[in-house]
Formats: sequence, structure tokens, C-alpha cells
Amino acid sequence: MKKIRKDAAEALDGLLFDGMTIMAGGFGLCGIPENLILALRDSGVKDLTIISNNAGVDDFGLGLLLHTRQIKKMVSSYVGENKEFERQYLSGELELEFNPQGTLAERCRAGGAGIPAFYTKTGVGTLIAEGKEHKEFNGETYIMETGLVADLSIVKAWKADPEGNLLYRKTARNFNPMMATAGKATVAEVEEIVSLGDLDPDCIHTPGIFVQRLIKGDHEKRVEQRTVRQRENA
Amino acid sequence: MAERAAKELEDGFYVNLGIGIPTLVANYIGEDIDVTLQSENGMLGMGPFPYEDEVDPDLINAGKQTITELRRTSYFSSADSFGMIRGGHIDLSVLGAMEVSEKGDLANWMIPGKMVKGMGGAMDLVAGVKRVVVVMDHASKSGAPKLLHECALPLTGKQVVDMVITNLGVFEIERGKGMKLIELAPEVTVDEVKSLTEADFEVAV
Repeated sequence: MKKIRKDAAEALDGLLFDGMTIMAGGFGLCGIPENLILALRDSGVKDLTIISNNAGVDDFGLGLLLHTRQIKKMVSSYVGENKEFERQYLSGELELEFNPQGTLAERCRAGGAGIPAFYTKTGVGTLIAEGKEHKEFNGETYIMETGLVADLSIVKAWKADPEGNLLYRKTARNFNPMMATAGKATVAEVEEIVSLGDLDPDCIHTPGIFVQRLIKGDHEKRVEQRTVRQRENA
Repeated sequence: MAERAAKELEDGFYVNLGIGIPTLVANYIGEDIDVTLQSENGMLGMGPFPYEDEVDPDLINAGKQTITELRRTSYFSSADSFGMIRGGHIDLSVLGAMEVSEKGDLANWMIPGKMVKGMGGAMDLVAGVKRVVVVMDHASKSGAPKLLHECALPLTGKQVVDMVITNLGVFEIERGKGMKLIELAPEVTVDEVKSLTEADFEVAV
């Protein structure tokens, strides 16, 4: 099966419908599928439930889909840094489900691995635990969290081969590998598509079975908090 | 406070530093100890901030600040990262707080009615890291205590804090039992601490 598509719009063609659930990789603006997010905006698909650690900033990343009111609900661990998000949430236009970051990562991992639920200590005794099953193991209390799957996962990697094998770079990996496994369809955007055999099979982060479609994108890679130090003897 | 918190780091420790004052702890790590910093977005062996020409958008810490790698650095997914945290492999976490109770409850993620930013990785850290040290102002600007009998704000974790370092002193907490004042900041008296603290505490300075 040929996985490589011409551009982001073609890569999403036939996969989108109103009310769908989409997982989007990234931490802050690092490792986000920026080309596919733009294509989602241009497609006009709406009433989306978006599972993503963060919600972008006002004019970049998932913030673009908030601006066009295409998102109905966010499932995230941290959504600071976004004024439009705040406005829509406080006015009741946007639903929000907070998950602890590790719980969110594990829910995606579990969903992709066919594990419907798991127990964790995270959140015991907090608002997060309300209404969830509690169970004791070895004298400690845990709560049950469910695995997550999505109609579509969009992820960003560094390199891919035509088989869809993916390699991520540095901290741009973050949620991308788990989300790639948890989409009924997964579309990856990468900086470079190399030839078969050019990736070391021992070093592949996401095996191609998890990736149905693939594009080479152009990446702005915006930096959220540029922090630098000065050279002492510059 | 950051300098005092750095004294809790031991040779060979894997440590996660929270956003804000806890991040500054890295500046006070003793030359004689070897500590590896974990960043929950997927990095072990975090280096200092980059020089201008080293900035890499693919390389950030959990506060979304640009950073650098070291020769020992490894990268991994968020699931592996929180596997380290929740699996009890991280020795120490230093976090900020809005309120701490005398039994070790921590509140640091939301103020109802105001904007809610989210807990990020804080609930996972306090649930899984072996030892949790909180660094915080002792009281609010108006003098309202932040060390309380019970937290008023929604909890991040119940009975999870082992030590609180404030601008007035250092408290040890035996989780679920109670707290003990073990150090005073320079020129601070026990009475002064008591006047700005609601929580009950033993004095052992």
C-alpha cells in the first residue's frame, strides 16, 4: 500500500467527519503536526474532540482550530498560554477534560495496545478520582483509568521511510509515539522521507504498521520560550 | 529557597525540578555530587540553557524553555517518561505549591472560579516520586497562611509532601502524621513563623 501523499489536504482526504475524535501529538509547540493542523482548519471539519497534551497558542498549533470554533472538547493536561481557550472555556463554549499528564500518556499507550483500562496511584484523593473505580493492591489505593482511541491520530516525526517507519528527534518525540498507535487511522508528517533501507531497523521509534498515510511537511517549529545564556568571554 | 532545596540532592540522584523557583535549584547543585535531571516531556540528563546559536526548537524542558543536552542524555516518549515517574524510579521532585497541609496534602494546580491551567505532570510526580520537596512563600502577600490544617484548594495529591522550604524556614513532614520545624531562615523567630502558620507543627530547631 502506498502511504506517501502529496500534501496535508490529500493525506486527510476521506478521513474527516464532524464530531470526530482526533489525537494530536506534541508538547507545547514542540513536535506538533503543524501542517496537518492547518489542513484540518482549511477542511472546516467541526465539533471535534481533540486529545492533546496542550492547546497551542492563540495563533499557532491547535489554537488555530480554537479560533475557528472547530473544537467542541479538549482532553489535555495543561492549557495555559492561550487566551482564546480561556475565553471559550469560561463562556461555556468549550468543554474541557483535564487528565494528569502521565495518565494521558498511558491512556493513549493502553488504547493503542488494546488495553481497555489500567490502575494508577496518580490522582487518588483528588478531583480526578471522583466517580472512578478505586481498588487496593498490596495495601495501596489505585484508581481505574480507561484506554483512549481516536478516529484519527495526527503526529509529527523527524524522518520516515516509505513504509511509514518513523524516527523522532530529541524532545519532539513526547506524545507522538503513543498517539500513533491509538488512531483508527494515523497520519504522520515528517521533515524528510528517506529511501527504504536508510533507517537503521534497530533504531525505529514507531514501526510502520501504525502509520497509514505520510507526508513531508514544511515546519516553522516555533519556539514558545526562547531562553539563552551569554558566553562569558564573547 | 532554591539554594536550600539543592541541599536535599544526593550523589547519584535522578531529580525532577518543577517550573518556577524549583528550576533554579539546578544553579546550586554542589560540584562534588553527580545528579541527573529529568524533564517529564521526555529527557534524562538535562543541560543548561543554550547559547543563542545553539537554540533548537526540538529541545525544550517541561516549562517549554529551550535547553541543551549533555553527553549522558537520553530521549524517550511521554509514556516512558511517566513510567519513570510513576514507577518510582525518580529519587526526588522539587515542586511549587499554593497550599500544603500539616499531613502533607498538596494543592498547586487550580483555583476554582479563576482560570484553570491544568495539573500537567504534577499529580503523577507526587504520586510516584520517592521524595517530594515543596518550595513556596510561607504566606500570601496579605499575610494569609499557606501551611494549613487542611488545604482549601483542590488537591494535587493527598499525603504526598516530605519537606516544605519557605522563606521563613524548613519543615519536615511525616506523611499522614504531622510537621516539624527543623530550620529557621536567618533572623526569623519561631514566634514569627507561628504567627504566619495555621498548621500545627513541632519545633525542633
